[in-house]
Amino acid sequence: MSMINYASREINCKIVYYGPGLGGKTTNLEHVYGKVKPDTRGKLISLATETERTLFFDFLPVDLGTIRGFKTRFHLYTVPGQVYYNASRKLILKGVDGIVFVADSQLERMEANQEAMQNLYDNMAEYGYDLTKMPFLIQYNKRDLPNAAPLKELQAALNPGWEVTEPGKQRLAPDPYHAGENLVEQLPTGEWIEHATYFEAVAVTGDGVFETLKAVSKLVLKSLA
Amino acid sequence: MSPVGAASWSFTEDDFHAITALLQKFLYESNARCALLVDRSGQLVATVGEQPTFDPTAFATLTAADFSANDQLAKLIGESDFNSLFHQGEKESMYLADIARRVILCVLFDNRTTLGLVRLKMKGVVDDLTKLFEQVFMRGQLGGAAAQTGLLAGADDEIDKLFQ
Repeated sequence: MSMINYASREINCKIVYYGPGLGGKTTNLEHVYGKVKPDTRGKLISLATETERTLFFDFLPVDLGTIRGFKTRFHLYTVPGQVYYNASRKLILKGVDGIVFVADSQLERMEANQEAMQNLYDNMAEYGYDLTKMPFLIQYNKRDLPNAAPLKELQAALNPGWEVTEPGKQRLAPDPYHAGENLVEQLPTGEWIEHATYFEAVAVTGDGVFETLKAVSKLVLKSLA
Repeated sequence: MSPVGAASWSFTEDDFHAITALLQKFLYESNARCALLVDRSGQLVATVGEQPTFDPTAFATLTAADFSANDQLAKLIGESDFNSLFHQGEKESMYLADIARRVILCVLFDNRTTLGLVRLKMKGVVDDLTKLFEQVFMRGQLGGAAAQTGLLAGADDEIDKLFQ
């Protein structure tokens, strides 16, 4: 739910980092917090347990620049990834403008990733939001680990694509971030499908963190244009 | 009942002045220190009265989370929601009330006034703000916040430049 404040000339948008527990959502925010200039970000608020597991959410406001004289302020949230906290996780999705799904690339976390993705679809649907019609992308985190699953496998499991039924959207759309790949394409069966954009990342070192943030923010602003 | 916190919205400077005027009158009558308006997704809409010494953005997100969590607690005990919340401190207290199911009014007060007076005066301002916000949201339903005003129309180049 973006909010435009004509009095303070601000556009406020909400981005949520979603995904399985221990996948690196909080680490993404911590890296952003550590790297952006202090005058363009607010405090990092963490509602976490004593063992630093997210209990309710982490929150970080960042200013990404000015468009048409309006400051663009992005409110970044993470959700608690543990299955147990679904009630609080759902609350964070309220009024979301863009979603980053942070997947854990480790082979043994494949099932947890799929469960979290299904949970995201379900929680969004309960609010009446359609994930396929809003700014949404996937970050494959922990790419540096030796037990990371091949990208192809992750894509097949988590980003198989959804059917495009609108005739106006049924045309080849190349992926601006991956040469030779398409976001919208036609299958040999004649069906048109659309994938979410994806990024590879190692959030602990910061690799891919800003690429992900920039891409989702751009999608959100374009959805308002 | 309309869904909580759906769709984008915007408000104009005229709306802002009307909101501020209502809140100033309320603060004067109730002797409360400060009033903050926060939308359900955690964005700060307005601050009136004594400027807070804390980070208002962080305060706004926590207020929205507090309200949402309490909404769920209400459902668990068979209520549709709690339309107001009261947090009492030793010196400082806060009273929160729902406005049109999309915005939260949060009032901070200390021992210069009483809970009774704040609660009494709050009822009037909540009614007035509810009417005002219903009009703002009605306008918003005619189109998305940005689409309706054409603010970002044709701004694709500018958006691209921002992320180079």
